[in-house]
Amino acid sequence: MAKRIDVSDLNIYYTNFLAVEGVNVSIEPRSITALIGPSGCGKSTFLRSLNRMHEVIPGARVEGKVVIDGQDLYGSDVDPVNVRRQIGMVFQRPNPFPTMSIYDNVVAGVRLNSTRMKKSEMDDLVETSLKGANLWNEVKDRLSRPGSGLSGGQQQRLCIARAIAVEPEVLLMDEPCSALDPISTLAIEDLMMELKDRFTIVIVTHNMQQAARVSEATGFFNLNGVGQPGRLIEFNPTEKIFSNPDQKATEDYISGRFG
Amino acid sequence: MSTETPLAPIGSTSAASPGPVQTQRRLPRFAAAGLFLAGVAVGALLSALTGFSLALTVLYGVVLGTLAVYAVSRQVEGRRKATDRLVTSLVSTAFAIAMVPLLSLVYTVLDRGLARLDASFFTNSMFRVVGEGGGAYHAIVGTVLITALTTLIAVPIGLLTAIYLVEYGTGRLKKAITFFVDVMTGIPSIVAGLFAFALFTLLFGNDVRLGLMGSVALAVLMIPVVVRSCEEVLKLVPNELREAAYALGVPKWRTVVKVVLPTAIAGLGTGITLAVARVIGETAPLLITVGLITGTNFNPFEGRMATLPVFAYYQLTQPGTATQAFIDRAWTAALVLIMLVMGLNVVARLISRLFAPKTGR
Repeated sequence: MAKRIDVSDLNIYYTNFLAVEGVNVSIEPRSITALIGPSGCGKSTFLRSLNRMHEVIPGARVEGKVVIDGQDLYGSDVDPVNVRRQIGMVFQRPNPFPTMSIYDNVVAGVRLNSTRMKKSEMDDLVETSLKGANLWNEVKDRLSRPGSGLSGGQQQRLCIARAIAVEPEVLLMDEPCSALDPISTLAIEDLMMELKDRFTIVIVTHNMQQAARVSEATGFFNLNGVGQPGRLIEFNPTEKIFSNPDQKATEDYISGRFG
Repeated sequence: MSTETPLAPIGSTSAASPGPVQTQRRLPRFAAAGLFLAGVAVGALLSALTGFSLALTVLYGVVLGTLAVYAVSRQVEGRRKATDRLVTSLVSTAFAIAMVPLLSLVYTVLDRGLARLDASFFTNSMFRVVGEGGGAYHAIVGTVLITALTTLIAVPIGLLTAIYLVEYGTGRLKKAITFFVDVMTGIPSIVAGLFAFALFTLLFGNDVRLGLMGSVALAVLMIPVVVRSCEEVLKLVPNELREAAYALGVPKWRTVVKVVLPTAIAGLGTGITLAVARVIGETAPLLITVGLITGTNFNPFEGRMATLPVFAYYQLTQPGTATQAFIDRAWTAALVLIMLVMGLNVVARLISRLFAPKTGR
């Protein structure tokens, strides 16, 4: 299931503005990779380029290669819709579909892709996905209620359940906990630890403790100045990044010395 | 006092303000209203001196009442509060002025229209009626059919245009469409009628009169309203929902159909209903495209049809032998038209309430 991602010489543009430059990185399967760095350095842009969500924004484009399991995601014969079916995404703000019940939210990916499925299979999918997202016990009695009636943390776990219900190979998370309280954050972090046995997880976070707690490898993004493109400064095992980083900039950022 | 409160901070000698927040004298609750009424009374007296008239009474009364409230408040409460009261009364006056035509219109139409608001008005047509009796059955049927046909033409075009503008359109084409929709909003209704008239005359020759012609003319007026309201509603759908759908590997068109439209359905329904209400009372384009007949015509693709606005117009301008009966029918037709529009507004409210996304808390 989980796949390895190899990124080589990736440049990401918004129209003519080079936002991220020259990223080379290999993301290991069945692990959690954290991306840290100051605001505006291109972490989220890079993350979104991994499942071609980037190009939803008008004028956005990419140069370079993102190879997953030997296949270039930006090959001319690759449909971005199919890429996104393989690589799921969880956003900063929980965004369950307001018109759908909890049940329908979980099966939204399957149903919106008009995959035919028996009712019993659908029920099983909802149960396993919600259990996978540690939400089953809280919502099993009110599956037909609207998803927007849940708390923020529950909504975020609902979004994770929705993302894993389509059985992606990679799960991208863009600051999934930044809108949540510490208890909900802990629940999501525990969930990530469980999910990494099945998925390759890439998470963008501003919380360095979180990166240190959950991830195996960490990438540090930075930019030289305003208007300059963001770069991947260092990519190393998390322990090394947080104890003995190769780059001075990484150490400065982690120890809170910047500017 | 000096022995009991030794801890009182220096400078807090003013008895009026014991706390940190400065207190102020205020007018008693109904004083302002009383003052205003007193001003009105004086105004009435003034206008009575110069020969009583209602308009002068209201004018004097409002001016004097406002001045009285302002002056007293200025004396008692200070400048800021007095300005507040002055502006409050100006705003209220503006509101009252705006309400006058509406109330007057509703009252007049009810007063004169209720006379003929009976069952026969809804069941009889004007077929072979030259004096009293008769009804607007044929006109109601015509209005409903033509408006339904208009909706059928205008809603798909308008809604799809709005979807294009919000979801797909970029660059010059989008700007051009937005511009021309704005231009269309300003087309006088008679011009829309002439357009349909010219179009159908070119296609089918002279002297053609069809319900469909009226629908085309009304659609020209309705499409920009539908586009505008639907566009605004679709813009309100959070982008996060579209991204959530894309991230699940849902194609764009399916995201629009299954996520964006259901989320916006309440607003779309309201917007479309109000657009219908906007065109249902149009007279001029129907006058020159659909004409009028006395009998009931159920087929909008053949021959003239009666519609409520045109019916009311002809009843009023070309009364037959029993003049009063014709005038009564005109007022009742106007009343029925207002009831239809009000009904549509209620429907719009219901739609937005029924389809609004539920929070379930």
